[in-house]
Amino acid sequence: MSEPTETPTPPPPSIEPELHRIRAAVPDAILGVEQKPETGHFWVTVRPRHLPAVVRTLRDDRTLGYAILMDLFGVDRPEEKERLQVYYQLYAPTRDRRLFLRVAVAEGERIPTLCELFPAANWPERETAELLGVRFEGHANLELLLLPDGFEGHPLRKDFPLVGRRPVLLFNSIRDLL
Amino acid sequence: MTVTEERPETPPLAPLSETLTLNMGPQHPSTHGVLRLVLELDGETILSAVPHIGYLHTGMEKTMENMPYQQAITVTDRMDYLSGMNNNLAYCLAVEKLLGLEIPPRGQAIRVMMSELQRIASHLVWLGTHALDIGAMSVFLYCFREREAILNFFEETCGARLTPAYIRVGGVALDLPMTVEKKVAQFLGIFTDRISEYRDLLDENPIWRDRTVGVKLLSREECFRLGVTGPVLRATGFPHDLRKMSPYCGYEQYEFDVAVGENADVFDAYRVRMQELRESVKILEQVIERMPDGPTNAADPKIVLPPKERVFSDMEALIHHFILVTRGFPVPAGEAYGAIESPKGELGYYIISDGSEKPYRVRVRPPSFYNLQALPYIVTGKMVADVVAAIGSLDIVLGEIDR
Repeated sequence: MSEPTETPTPPPPSIEPELHRIRAAVPDAILGVEQKPETGHFWVTVRPRHLPAVVRTLRDDRTLGYAILMDLFGVDRPEEKERLQVYYQLYAPTRDRRLFLRVAVAEGERIPTLCELFPAANWPERETAELLGVRFEGHANLELLLLPDGFEGHPLRKDFPLVGRRPVLLFNSIRDLL
Repeated sequence: MTVTEERPETPPLAPLSETLTLNMGPQHPSTHGVLRLVLELDGETILSAVPHIGYLHTGMEKTMENMPYQQAITVTDRMDYLSGMNNNLAYCLAVEKLLGLEIPPRGQAIRVMMSELQRIASHLVWLGTHALDIGAMSVFLYCFREREAILNFFEETCGARLTPAYIRVGGVALDLPMTVEKKVAQFLGIFTDRISEYRDLLDENPIWRDRTVGVKLLSREECFRLGVTGPVLRATGFPHDLRKMSPYCGYEQYEFDVAVGENADVFDAYRVRMQELRESVKILEQVIERMPDGPTNAADPKIVLPPKERVFSDMEALIHHFILVTRGFPVPAGEAYGAIESPKGELGYYIISDGSEKPYRVRVRPPSFYNLQALPYIVTGKMVADVVAAIGSLDIVLGEIDR
């Protein structure tokens, strides 16, 4: 039942094909590119409204093969104008390549959801929404996922105190659960 | 009827419905922690399943932002508490990528040894509880007997059993005790027979087969779309294993196969993991056979704690010790992702450094989080009993899901 797999020889690390495909599909989507090929890290900053188109391009292109949305998370950088950054880690399982898409928005701006392209985005988007206050447009259910019901504030923001603001009960009575 | 006129606040009775909403958990023994599932049932058939998580959420990512890099290791093994060593390792790999540290061969070999032992221990908990859920009590007891032996090795090596914090940035906390290698080698000899014992108990067991064969998990395409990795993905026949794809810690030196299944059902996921136990034994035998000599830690006194005996005799070592313990070491600004093949799938740490002694942001990519998210896709349309089999087969740990 097991078969030996051969370690594929890695192609010279470059994301030129990816950038080329994105530029061809969505001309003004890319805002910036950063790379560290020696460790296999590539970051592409994308305009928020073009994100689904870019992800679709990367996912559906057979030679690129970014079939997995490996992770989705946000970072709060209060000193920047666009303080909320969301990272999308796309993974090409056949080539073992990772690509990080970065989207930065200011407080209150929206990022289109990826739930339709990747059902995997459902929970991480909910998590990012509650922990950082990122708004995802078109998400069917942005209820609190990890935090208890009625929790106020976004704990992963830098201005949220480490110990929290007040004690939180998971629920007051069993009725709250029903 | 006059009843509704007298009590207008009562909502009108819903039309007679055949569906039943059933709450499963948070303290159901087969939910492996505090997972709550709300199932909508039509008879025994599941119409919808909604997992409710977050009961163990303690803000571990936030906690790590407020700790020096080396200290934050203690948080990592509390996430997936069944494979603490693997969590330590993934975190350290990410930090070491930022630092550009090279770990000497002996340190690498010890890391491989520990993460494979941990993989066996984690798979044993999975096998024991999975079998227990399905009604094979005795397997549980045998599995925990062997797991105990592995935890004893950990205890002998670093003093802790469940949350070792043994793998550190720059290497490991301390060298292996002299006796451990020999004991592990002895254990491996016994353990190979024990794997056959588990198989004898389960493979031809008609109850086990009835409950697992043909209970479909996910197709390859669904796994991709849902971000499901690990044995569930391999059960579809897709040989994806980071130890082969992008080897870390020198996994490329060891000879082993990636176990894959064919039918993507619960039984295949079981067989994949059983095969992985054997592959882990294979790797461990090679590690012990060629365990290199030399230092275990990178030779960087600004990052790695000096040996204790030097602290007592050498002033510079004392200063380094003092600074490293009280302040930690700065990490160059940048971002890095370190990922390993944990027993449950791809476990990754994404670390953003702002150049200070504490990480600016630590993001954990927990395999169980994505695997559990796929549960509704698996169980919808199946029977209640299959939920128990499916949860067991996904091998989730709520600690890393809620973080």
